[in-house]
Amino acid sequence: MSLTADDVNKIAHLARLGIDKQDVESYAKDLSGMLDLMTRMSELNTDNIEAMAHPMDQAQRLRADVTTEQNNRDKFQAIAPQVEAGLYLVPKVIE
Amino acid sequence: MHTKTLLELVQGLRSGEFSSVELTQAFLNRIMQHQHLNAYITVTEEIALENAKAADIRLSNGKAELLTGIPIAQKDIFCTLDVKTTCGSKMLDNFTAPYNATVVEKLNQAGAVMLGKLNMDEFAMGSSNETSYYGVVKNPWNTNTVPGGSSGGSAAAVAARLAVCATGTDTGGSIRQPAALCGITGLKPTYGRVSRYGMIAYASSLDQGGPMTHSAEEAAVMLQTMAGFDEKDSTSVDCPVPDYRAGLNNSLAGLKIGLPKEFFGEGLNSEVASTLEIAINEYSKLGAEIKEISMPNLKLAIPAYYVIAPAECSANLSRFDGVRYGYRCENPVDLTDLYTRSRGEGFGKEVKRRILMGTYALSAGYYDAYYIKAQKVRRLISEDFKNALGEVDVIMGPVTPTTAFGIGEKIGNPIEMYLSDIYTIAINLAGVPAMSIPAGFVAGMPVGLQIIGNYFAEDRLLNIAHQYQQVTDWHQHTPKGFE
Repeated sequence: MSLTADDVNKIAHLARLGIDKQDVESYAKDLSGMLDLMTRMSELNTDNIEAMAHPMDQAQRLRADVTTEQNNRDKFQAIAPQVEAGLYLVPKVIE
Repeated sequence: MHTKTLLELVQGLRSGEFSSVELTQAFLNRIMQHQHLNAYITVTEEIALENAKAADIRLSNGKAELLTGIPIAQKDIFCTLDVKTTCGSKMLDNFTAPYNATVVEKLNQAGAVMLGKLNMDEFAMGSSNETSYYGVVKNPWNTNTVPGGSSGGSAAAVAARLAVCATGTDTGGSIRQPAALCGITGLKPTYGRVSRYGMIAYASSLDQGGPMTHSAEEAAVMLQTMAGFDEKDSTSVDCPVPDYRAGLNNSLAGLKIGLPKEFFGEGLNSEVASTLEIAINEYSKLGAEIKEISMPNLKLAIPAYYVIAPAECSANLSRFDGVRYGYRCENPVDLTDLYTRSRGEGFGKEVKRRILMGTYALSAGYYDAYYIKAQKVRRLISEDFKNALGEVDVIMGPVTPTTAFGIGEKIGNPIEMYLSDIYTIAINLAGVPAMSIPAGFVAGMPVGLQIIGNYFAEDRLLNIAHQYQQVTDWHQHTPKGFE
């Protein structure tokens, strides 16, 4: 299976990931190589095999529905790129 | 002082032969002297000396634990309060963590001295440390070769004695492979044994932290502190932590060792194979029974891993958006531009490659064909381990197909780089624990032996490694120029 430059641009858009124009072809080549590697999995019959999402097949642990987080707003905002009056700033979304 | 074992240092600190401040200063001097290895991203000299002073008080009060006053270093994937935590990425070059990872907290509580933060492949994605934003780490055994990855800084620092021991993390071999290539001991615990809280996530169902040391005995001491249930990690397993040193001297008579024939076939360098044969023969002399076994699905571990790990990575790394922390691009014109350029400029090429792969595997129309298929293959691989470990006590094999390769040799061919993870990846898919221990040299470069055990059998692995280290001295060798 091989991916085209258009495919790569489409995937990059889905991931909101900027990639340099001159790198698109090499990503297409690398991803196609990875997909070739993956087609080997089709050699194996996996009908009726349950997908394994987690090594322990654990259920998520439950806890009492009480607040455990402390308010760390100032501490967290101290490392943010741009904040004002306790708010994170981003470019204008609504005109 | 730097050539002493951890337990000799404990003895020296307790008898007053030297103080933790003296010991720490000696290691800080060595770090400065050997900066060319590029093992450290950040050296935390002030914190180290403060920790050492506090440790000396604790030692004089008789309230010391084994690690009290011992200079160690943290892989830069672990969040350290108010200390730069980069994960080897430009994305986090300006990031100081607002809290400590549980592993860091536990080692601090034990009184360990933190020398600094160790270099690594960007977001732990790499097998050579060449993907780090901070440059490649050099292998102290031959500085033209890679130390392995992603915990390459940890392995190089321990091998060159720029830290007594270090933390590492292992998603597809990132503790064991650099340990093998740098001639040290590395243990990847059972998934869920060591808390992942504050350990920056790459692939959440595979990531696991563990110790990187010279000997199995030292790994036992370090794991004792690192392991245990943590409420802050929803996948942490609530089962008691045994005394890892208690069984180190147990006899290996009657131990059943399985050698998967799939591990010793084509692709394994013949000199590495004969070195491992000698090591395994040593186990026969110690009373173990050696048996060939078969794990037919191992060959599909690489394709399954390179779907599952990138899928999880693409989800985990979506948090880096240029809004709340980390790198933000200059003058974004709108929100999409802010996301796209911050991520595009902040991430390196290997990270981008995996985000793209994962996004593709999870996208509509491909999810079943790749992601679900890979998870089914994962189940079959994990059943191979269950079957094998029903038949034998442990599995042994190579860690890497060759000794350390040259800097620049494989970085241009990502698929070839992925294929070098062939012996380590399946272990993470199954979630079982595994170690790499020094087993000899080929042309002056270290070779690692891998020992794989059943879930939560870290104590047995450490016993098996320790017994080998009682009759061999491969783990005591120091690279030339670092004695």
